[in-house]
Amino acid sequence: MNNIVILPIVIPFLTGALLVLFPKYVMIQRLLSVLSFLAVMGTAVHLLQQVGGEGIQILNLGGWEAPFGIVLVADTFSLLLVITSCIVALGCLIYSFQSIEWERERFYYYAFIQFLITGVNGSFLTGDIFNLFVFFEVMLLASYVLLSLGGLKKQLRAGIMYVLINIVSSMLFIVAVAYLYAVTGTLNMAHLSVRVAEAGQPDLLTAIALLFLVIFAVKSALLFFYWLPESYSAPPTAISALFAGLLTKVGVYAIFRMFTLIFYHEPGITHSVIAWMAGLTMILGSIGAVAYGNIQKVLAYNIVIAIGFIVIGIAVFQEAALTGAIYYLIHDMVVKTLLFLLGGAMVGLVGTYQLKEMSGMIRNHPYLGWMFFIASFALVGVPPLSGFFGKLLVLQGTLETQFYVLGVIGLLSSLAVLYSTMKIFMNGFWGENQLSKEDEKTSTHGLLLPCTLLICVSLFLGIGVEWVNPYVAAAASDLMNPAVYIEAVLGPA
Amino acid sequence: MAFVIGIFFSIGTYLILTKSLLRIILGTSIIGHGALLLLLTMGGLKQGGAPLLGAEAAPYADPLPQALILTAIVINFGTTAFFLVLAYRAYQEFKSDDMKKLRGPEHE
Amino acid sequence: MKINDVILQTVTKIVTFIILTFAIYLFFAGHHNPGGGFIGGLVISSALILMLLAFDIETVTQTLPINYKVITGLGVLVSLFTGMASFVFHVPFLSQAHLHFYMPIVNEEINIATTIIFEIGVAMAVVGTTMTVIVSISRNKGDEE
Repeated sequence: MNNIVILPIVIPFLTGALLVLFPKYVMIQRLLSVLSFLAVMGTAVHLLQQVGGEGIQILNLGGWEAPFGIVLVADTFSLLLVITSCIVALGCLIYSFQSIEWERERFYYYAFIQFLITGVNGSFLTGDIFNLFVFFEVMLLASYVLLSLGGLKKQLRAGIMYVLINIVSSMLFIVAVAYLYAVTGTLNMAHLSVRVAEAGQPDLLTAIALLFLVIFAVKSALLFFYWLPESYSAPPTAISALFAGLLTKVGVYAIFRMFTLIFYHEPGITHSVIAWMAGLTMILGSIGAVAYGNIQKVLAYNIVIAIGFIVIGIAVFQEAALTGAIYYLIHDMVVKTLLFLLGGAMVGLVGTYQLKEMSGMIRNHPYLGWMFFIASFALVGVPPLSGFFGKLLVLQGTLETQFYVLGVIGLLSSLAVLYSTMKIFMNGFWGENQLSKEDEKTSTHGLLLPCTLLICVSLFLGIGVEWVNPYVAAAASDLMNPAVYIEAVLGPA
Repeated sequence: MAFVIGIFFSIGTYLILTKSLLRIILGTSIIGHGALLLLLTMGGLKQGGAPLLGAEAAPYADPLPQALILTAIVINFGTTAFFLVLAYRAYQEFKSDDMKKLRGPEHE
Repeated sequence: MKINDVILQTVTKIVTFIILTFAIYLFFAGHHNPGGGFIGGLVISSALILMLLAFDIETVTQTLPINYKVITGLGVLVSLFTGMASFVFHVPFLSQAHLHFYMPIVNEEINIATTIIFEIGVAMAVVGTTMTVIVSISRNKGDEE
């Protein structure tokens, strides 16, 4: 029993509820939001150290024992993601101080960001499938509100599509939970793992596993990504950056959890399906990223490519590749948010999304330009930067397990990423400067601070590999040995 | 029960595929009910007392599916309410609930 | 056209109190029997909605000048703080404790769990959300939640 495990969920929830009480006092709202994220980050780091010393921390809510009650589980993997999501959220929060309109700020904007983080952290920490569903819904409801806040035509249109797709996939989630409960008689993840292992994962369970795969694939934009570019380019920059960094990654987390902890007995079927999906996702994402000339669309397709790449780690199902995938996941959350924020700053300056209509911004905004340059190189995986290590390990894993095709697609997709981000860089920053200082729509004043924060994190992830890697490797080895997780939750067998 | 669930799902799917936004919302809520019924059925339809301390029956029904359904209903309620507000806003903005008219220009 | 709704209004005046009493009954029945904060909250909001239907929205907001969003927030806070109390007593989050009371008037031993405070929070949150949604749709301004 460790009550601290609940704190990353309760603190943002509490802050959100507090913020609902006084929407008018914007300064207090900002201050409280920042404090809340810092507090969550602090508790998560504290927990991470505890996990390192004493093993996985659990909390049985209300004192009900594990297979019957609701249990929260904090292992290295989930805590790393909690910390990263707090960093990302903090970046977006500071960015939105300058960029979000006053009406939105007063309309419970900060409260809903807190609720979103509640859902995200809850999904990372829960040890129960139904609870995962509940936290997913908390997160999605907050995201619906954030997406449509402001009520522009474009937002409403994207919002309706987004809400509809998510409602349908949530219904499928309930259906899958129902089937799983009928077959195994439990919904606790550790207990499920035991039951599935006892049954040896017959075909029926494999079918259920594929159903879960489809659901999480819709939520994480793996292969079923058609909803993503539209809805992620509709809301203001800070919100779409937050979505880019967090929402799909929660789906990826769910795939990781389900297919390492529970359904790992038939990799011939489930994991090869995942491999196919990963490959197709990267190919289609690359096509999208290369084809579009709209900054936000290009970046949105880059999310899709990255999701495909991360999922390779689970498809090849090998410890080194998994370590790489987790590393790349963390890196991607930070860098993708950063790119969205920088892209948003560019769009804000020029006042258009079209790449053709901007050029030569490096003259007036060298700092912005070079940050974009570094971030895109980090995304591609150029050695000293943060993407390199993850990519290296994933590719090494594909070679060792003879998934050569996936490896090649992964490398080619990196080229597409490089091409598409360089397209933005060259169009946006090089060439004739058409924009004098006076013509700029907004200033970058206050927007560069959060970007700098994120880029420091990214550089740290790249240069401090030696320091971060033990945690990531521990997370991966925990994922590969479900027995550790089961023993922590259900007690020694 | 299986037939009822099947009918619910087919009606819901049909409604979601129609043009009118209001019908789509009804469709999602009908599919939602189908999913909840499925949850109840899959938990096992047994004869037994309501799982309450007050009801003194020897065999109790499995309380878990009921608890899950209650939670899911609350969530459904929330999302449907939000979706309705969203649709209403869209109706005010576009003066139509026809999905084809909502689509708007392809390249903005 | 003015609608003649005298009957509805008169009935509402009486029925509202019946509904509210029933809501309180349901609320306290919650621990061992069907009922509880969620259902209680829904029934309370159904009483309020009936009032909205019978009279118009201006009248109701005049007599009950409540900001429902604040109620939601307060409710969530109350619920969460009862959970947080577990940090003080070093028991798992959301644990409950029982209190035994002797009620002098009805001459009965009654039994109250700390869950009741949690349930008050839930009821407030439910009333708050439901009413926020209904009022914002019916006000024709349509500002979201």
